[in-house]
Amino acid sequence: MSRAQAPYTGVAVCAPITVPYQRFSAEPAHWWAGRALRLLHENTGLRPADIDGFCFSSFSCGPDTAVGMTQHLGLTPRWLDHIPTGGASGVMALRRAARAVQCGDAELVVCLAADTNQIDSFRHSLAGFSRFSQDAVYPYGFGGPNATFALITDAYMREYGVTREDFGKLCVAQRANAGSNPLALQRKPLSLDAYMAARPIADPVHLFDCVMPCAGAEAFIVTTPERAEELGLKMAQILATIERHNAFPEDPVQLRGGWAMDIEGFWQTARITPAEVDTLQVYDDYPVIVAMQIEDLGFCNKGKVGEFIRANEFTIDGDLPLNTNGGQLSAGQAGAAGGFQNVTEGLRQILHAPLGDQVPDASIAAISGFGLVNYDRGVCTAAALLEALP
Amino acid sequence: MTDARTLIADLASAIAGGGIEIVDLTNVLSPDFPVIVLPSEFGQCEPFRMETVSRYDGNGPAWYWNNISMNEHTGTHFDAPAHWITGKDVPNGTVDAVSPQDFFAPAVVVDICAEAAADEDFIVTRPFLEAWEQANGPIPPRHWVLLRSDWSKRVGTLSYLNLRDDGAHSPGPDADAMRFLVHERDCVGLGVETVGTDAGQASHFDEPLPAHSILHGNGRFGLQCLTGLDRLPTFGAMIVAMPLKIKGGSGSPLRVAAMIPA
Amino acid sequence: MTAARERRDPLARKKLRHVPSGLRSRAMHALSARAAQGLFALQACTECGTATYPPRDACPLCWGELAWTEQPSGAKVLCETTIRVSTDLYFREHMPWRMGKVLLDAGPVALVHLHAALHPDDRADVRMMIDRGGNAALFAVPAGDTDLMSDPQWREFIVPIEGRIVLVSDARNAIGRAMVKELQARGAELIVAGLPGPALASDATDAVLTLDRVQAIALDVTDATSVAEAASRIGGPLDIVVNTARHVRAGGVSANPGFVEQRRAFEVSAMGLSRLASTFAPMLAGRPNGAFVDVLSSAALVGDAAQAGFAAAEAARHSLLQSLRHEMRGAGVRVMSVFTGPVDDADHQALPPPKVAPARIAASVAEALLNGREQTCVGDVAQDAMERWLADPALLAREKNL
Repeated sequence: MSRAQAPYTGVAVCAPITVPYQRFSAEPAHWWAGRALRLLHENTGLRPADIDGFCFSSFSCGPDTAVGMTQHLGLTPRWLDHIPTGGASGVMALRRAARAVQCGDAELVVCLAADTNQIDSFRHSLAGFSRFSQDAVYPYGFGGPNATFALITDAYMREYGVTREDFGKLCVAQRANAGSNPLALQRKPLSLDAYMAARPIADPVHLFDCVMPCAGAEAFIVTTPERAEELGLKMAQILATIERHNAFPEDPVQLRGGWAMDIEGFWQTARITPAEVDTLQVYDDYPVIVAMQIEDLGFCNKGKVGEFIRANEFTIDGDLPLNTNGGQLSAGQAGAAGGFQNVTEGLRQILHAPLGDQVPDASIAAISGFGLVNYDRGVCTAAALLEALP
Repeated sequence: MTDARTLIADLASAIAGGGIEIVDLTNVLSPDFPVIVLPSEFGQCEPFRMETVSRYDGNGPAWYWNNISMNEHTGTHFDAPAHWITGKDVPNGTVDAVSPQDFFAPAVVVDICAEAAADEDFIVTRPFLEAWEQANGPIPPRHWVLLRSDWSKRVGTLSYLNLRDDGAHSPGPDADAMRFLVHERDCVGLGVETVGTDAGQASHFDEPLPAHSILHGNGRFGLQCLTGLDRLPTFGAMIVAMPLKIKGGSGSPLRVAAMIPA
Repeated sequence: MTAARERRDPLARKKLRHVPSGLRSRAMHALSARAAQGLFALQACTECGTATYPPRDACPLCWGELAWTEQPSGAKVLCETTIRVSTDLYFREHMPWRMGKVLLDAGPVALVHLHAALHPDDRADVRMMIDRGGNAALFAVPAGDTDLMSDPQWREFIVPIEGRIVLVSDARNAIGRAMVKELQARGAELIVAGLPGPALASDATDAVLTLDRVQAIALDVTDATSVAEAASRIGGPLDIVVNTARHVRAGGVSANPGFVEQRRAFEVSAMGLSRLASTFAPMLAGRPNGAFVDVLSSAALVGDAAQAGFAAAEAARHSLLQSLRHEMRGAGVRVMSVFTGPVDDADHQALPPPKVAPARIAASVAEALLNGREQTCVGDVAQDAMERWLADPALLAREKNL
C-alpha cells in the first residue's frame, strides 16, 4: 500500500551519551541538557559551532522549547526540531535527523532528550498532560499511567493468557541486566518470588511492573559517515525505521500497537529477519508493553508471547538480550530521555561500548519506542534497526 | 426668664442626683422583638433588622456601624394621628409635624394588672375608669394615660403576642372608655405595654379598634410596647417621648423615659 | 438530641475535605451541564451520526460538527483495575478505587468508575453522575435493580439521608412541612425544623414538629441574627440544608407592584439564601457528604407578570445558587436546585391545576439527594418550563409574558 522506503544512504549514527540519572534533582531540564552536551564534547571534541542540526525532546523544559534551548545552549543550527512524543521520541528523532543529514539539510545533528524530576514534578506534569486525560482519565481515581496500563494489562492477560509470572520473567531479566550497569538506579537482584510478592499498585500492576521516575539526559549524533570518520567515532547505519500514531483507533482496548500496521515493510526494507537481531531494546514503561512489542515487531506470533517468554532468556547472555542496560524498569525513567535510552543502549551494544556487560558479538540492534498516553492507550509507536558499520 | 432659668437648673441638678429618677420605659429593639401580626390579607409590619456594615474590619477598620430597617411601628413606638384614617386630616398629624411640646407631658398610671391577669381579654370600660377615679382621684387633663398591665413581663414568650387560632388576646379599652379619656379628660394619648393600643380582639368590637380610631381622630397619640410602668407612681411622672422626625411618618420607634420623684 | 450524634475526638485536627481535580475542557463542561440535568448525552456527528467520547470538537471519522444527543446508557465491561496508589489528595482518601473500561452501547469506549459488583464481560448501566468536584463522571453499575448504596464509591456521588443531620429552613410552609415528614421517613438522624416567627403556642403540639427526631427552632431567613442563632443552636455537625423558604405573592411591576411584598420576596428568596449559605456553608464544608438543596420556582427562569416580584426574587435566587455552587465546589458540597411550578398550597389557592403536591416536592428533594442530581424539575409545569427554556429561552420568555 505505501511506497517503499528509501534506504538511509550516507547516514551514520554515533556517540551515545548518558548523563547519570538521579532519582530527584533540583536542577532544571536545561541543566541536564547542558550536562549531556558537555559529555558529548568530552567524548567527541565537538563544540557549539560544529552542530548544525538540533533535535530536542523534553517534558520539563517549560516554558522553553527547542527554540529556547538553542539560545540557552549557544547553538546556531540550520535545522531544528522539537519532538513531543516521549517514549517514541528517540526513534523519531533518529529518523528525522537521518533524513536531514541524508538530504543535506544538516551535516551533524545532535539528538538530545533531557528531563528533570523535582519532588512532586511527576504529579504536576501529570495534571496538565492531555485534554482527554484531564477530562476522562484522571477523574477516575487519578491513578496516572499505572491505572491506564493496569486496564491494558488486565485485558491483555485475559485475552492472551499471559500470566504475571511471564511479566515477572521479563522484569527479573532486566534487573539482572541492570546489575552490570553502574548507572542503573535499581541494581539489587530481583527474584521472581519478590516480584510476585510485591504490593499491588493498580491491579494487576504491582510495584516491580512500574518504572521509577528520575532525572536524566540521553543524546546521540546523526551525521555523515565521512564526518564521523573525521571525528574518529565508531558508527552504525540505519537499516529501516517505522513510525505510526493513533493506530487501530477502533480497538476497544489496546492489545496491539502501531508497529503491527507497518511491520512487514520494516523487515523487508531491512532485508533481515527477527532471528538476526542481536539485541532488542524496547520501551518498557510496563512489561505488558514489552510483551506487546515482542509480538508486534514480529519476534513471535500475536497471542503467543506467553509461550515465547517461557521458551527464551532475556538476559545479556540469553537468546534475546532485552533492554540490556536494565531498561527503564531498572535503570530509571528520565522522562523523554526514557524514550532515548533504547537508542543509546542499542547503539552502545553494537558499537561495543556498553555501560555494563557486552552482548557477545552484537552487530544488529532492534530499537522500539512507544509514547504518549493521550487517553486510554499509547498513541505513538516507532521502531528502528541499526547495524554497526565496520 | 430668671424663674425659668432657675427651674431648668433645678431640674438638671435634680436629674443629676438630686431627687428626680429617670426610668427607661423602652424595650430593647432587636430582630426578635415581636411585631403586630395582621390577618394575612393585609400588608405586614416588618420587624427590626440589622446588618453590619463594618466592625473594625476590612469594610471599616476603625469603625463599627450597622444598616437597620424596620416598620415605623416596630418595637417601643409612637403612633401619630396620621397613623389612622380618622386622623388623616388632623393638622400636624405626622411625626415630623407633631409639636415638640407634646414630647413632654405628665402621666397617670392606671393599674389593670390584676384584671389582665385574670382575663387576658380584659376590656377597660368607662365604668371601670370611673370606679378607678373614685378610688384614686380624677385623671387630670393633658396627661398621658398609661395602662399598666404587666404585659411587658411576657416579652420573650409566646404569650406576649398571645396569638391563637382566633387571633391575638390582650387587654385594651373599648370605645366609651376612649371617648371618656379623650373628650372628658383631654388626655395627651394612651400608652400601653401591649403591641397595640387596642385590645387583641378589638377588631371584633362593635366599634372596631376604638383606641386607634378615637385617639388619632382627635389628634391624640399612642405609645406601645412600653415597659417599666410598674416603677411609676400613679400620679407625678413626667414622660419624655420623642419620635424620629420622619417626613410624613405615621409613627416611629423611640426611646421613652419617665421622670419620677426619687 | 445530642445523644444520638456522632462522637468525635475533640483534639483531632480538623479533617480537610478534598475534591477531585476540576480542570476540564469546554466540551467536557458541556457534558457536565447535561449530566447535571440527569441526561445521558454524548456528542454525535451531525454528518455521519457517530457518537464520540471523550468530548471533542470535531468528529474523528469525518470531521463533521458534533451535537449533544441523548444516548443509550447500556455498556459491556471490558477490563478493570483497583487503584491502590494515587498522588491525588481526594482519591488518596478513598483508596482503593475501582475503575474500568466499558464499551458503550452508543459506540465509544469510556473509562468509568466501576461498581464493586461489576467485572469484565458483565453488562452494565452507565450513569452520568456529578463528582465531588462538580464535573460529569461516568459510573458503571450493574444492569437491573441493585443496592447501589452498599458501594462506598457510589456514596461519593450521592448524598445519603439516613443517619444525617438536616436543616429545613422553613418548616412552617407546606413544602417545608412535607420535607420534614419525608426526611423523617427516610431515616435522617435529626431534622432541624426552622420556624419563622411569630412563634405559635400550637407549635408545641404540632403533629409534624413533634415527630421523633425532629427539633423545631426559631429561624427567620430574613434576619441574619436569627440565622446565626439557629446555627449556634444546631451546634454540632450539619450535613444537609434544604431551603424551603419562599414568599409567594401576586403583584406586577408597574401595575400593583406591592413594593413591601416584592421587597419581602427578595428578602426571603434571594437575601435569605445568602444568609443561610454564609452561615451554614462552613458547617456543610466540614462534612463528607455535605449538600445545600434549594427549592425554587420555575418562574425563576423567565419571569411571570402576575407574580413579578416573586418571580424576580426567585430568579435572583437561581442566580445566587449558581455562584454558591461555584463557591462550594472546592469543598465538595453539592448544591442542588429543585425547580417546581405552582404548589398545591395556601399560596396558590387562586390557581387551577396542575399544581404540585408538597409531598411530591419533598420526595423529589430526597431523590435528588440520593441520586446526586444537581438539577431536578418537579411536576409538569416546571418540566415544561425547563425544556422550553433549554430549547429557546427568548421564545419562552415571550410566551410566558404575552
